[in-house]
Amino acid sequence: MSEHVQMLTEATFREEIGAATTPVVVDFWAEWCTPCKMIAPILDEIASENEGRIRIAKVNVDESPNLALEFDVMSIPTLIVFQDGVAKRRLVGAKAKPQLLDELSEFL
Amino acid sequence: MSSEIRDVVIIGSGPGGLTAAIYTGRANLRPLVLEGEPSSTGDQPGGQLMLTTEVENFPGFPSGVMGPDLMLAFREQAVRFGAELQTVKASRVELTQGSPFGIWVGDPTTEEPTHRARCVIVATGAEALMLGLPAEDRLIGHGYSTCATCDGFFFRDQDIAVVGGGDSAIEEATFLTRFARTVTIVHRRDTLRASKIMQDRAFSNEKIRFLWNSVVTDIVGESKVEGVEIEDLTSGVRQVHPFTGLFVAIGHRPNTSLFAGQLDMRANGYLQTVPGRTATNIPGVFACGDVQDDYYRQAITAAGSGCAAAIEAERWLEGTH
Repeated sequence: MSEHVQMLTEATFREEIGAATTPVVVDFWAEWCTPCKMIAPILDEIASENEGRIRIAKVNVDESPNLALEFDVMSIPTLIVFQDGVAKRRLVGAKAKPQLLDELSEFL
Repeated sequence: MSSEIRDVVIIGSGPGGLTAAIYTGRANLRPLVLEGEPSSTGDQPGGQLMLTTEVENFPGFPSGVMGPDLMLAFREQAVRFGAELQTVKASRVELTQGSPFGIWVGDPTTEEPTHRARCVIVATGAEALMLGLPAEDRLIGHGYSTCATCDGFFFRDQDIAVVGGGDSAIEEATFLTRFARTVTIVHRRDTLRASKIMQDRAFSNEKIRFLWNSVVTDIVGESKVEGVEIEDLTSGVRQVHPFTGLFVAIGHRPNTSLFAGQLDMRANGYLQTVPGRTATNIPGVFACGDVQDDYYRQAITAAGSGCAAAIEAERWLEGTH
């Protein structure tokens, strides 16, 4: 995983999201989810290509099931974009890089 | 755009496409595989097996193999023999002018194709059908799911339903019992189409129930699934059942829209090949795997037809050089 991508847990989530000065795309994922693994390298690229504009963070739903519950995640991968600590946008399902960039364009 | 004319371009990367890549790679044809783009459906690199768990009937794996692991091994083997894989989707093909053929990636309106190839092997597979209900778009990812292996986890101790009566429906239902409290199979007939071994597994599973002669007519819930309206076809009575998850496995449709008006298709949309062969109506274009198979639809038969397509392509190229 790229150095640009941060792992969040139930213990660190609130503080990290609250303190963020740029939009944060939170990727809810799990080890057993093939589509999640497929978009992981794409998210790494997006993170390093947009450094300073947007951040990518990951929540492992096995390790942090309460975060999945709190944000009504019922399908992974789910990407939720947080801006100023508030969930602004939600993308469900794996997508190709151009589609992801398109859907995230307002935050880039 | 590329001025190079390649020997073989393979469109699709399931067991059919990647077996064709292994064979044409070993024949030194340097195949280019357009493997597709990431998605949460079977239309993705590696194909439908990427959404399965354990594959028990692929020969050579006596203790079973995970579908995604099997496809990664196929891929690695194709790369070993010189196949070039690109994680992109073909957006247009031009086959009717004869070989060399044009294949577009990205913008389909450009004059020049992205790739030219003497031979094209079509291995675009098939995709799971959805119910076609208006509520689907609203509730997909919110309790309505096309991927049991991705989403089953979120239905721990809940009562959920699976629509369908074939092997994939029973496999999904059995998998989902790991998480759910009960799984109800909703099937339009009074017997299952699934194989005997899968049926036995379902009938002996205490968590699995059945609603026979029944169809889903609506999904209830604004922001997530709160119930499923089901019609009993015998009585005509519609009733909302309090399921909080709905998974669908009602069959497949071939990914053939790219070839409409160019390649011959059967009435059900599957590509028509010469009987017993992979040759299509256009010389130099071959089809393998589920895109031309509405009968067997197995990983091993797809791989077998991928091998056949590669050998036919190789011989066809020899004949035209």
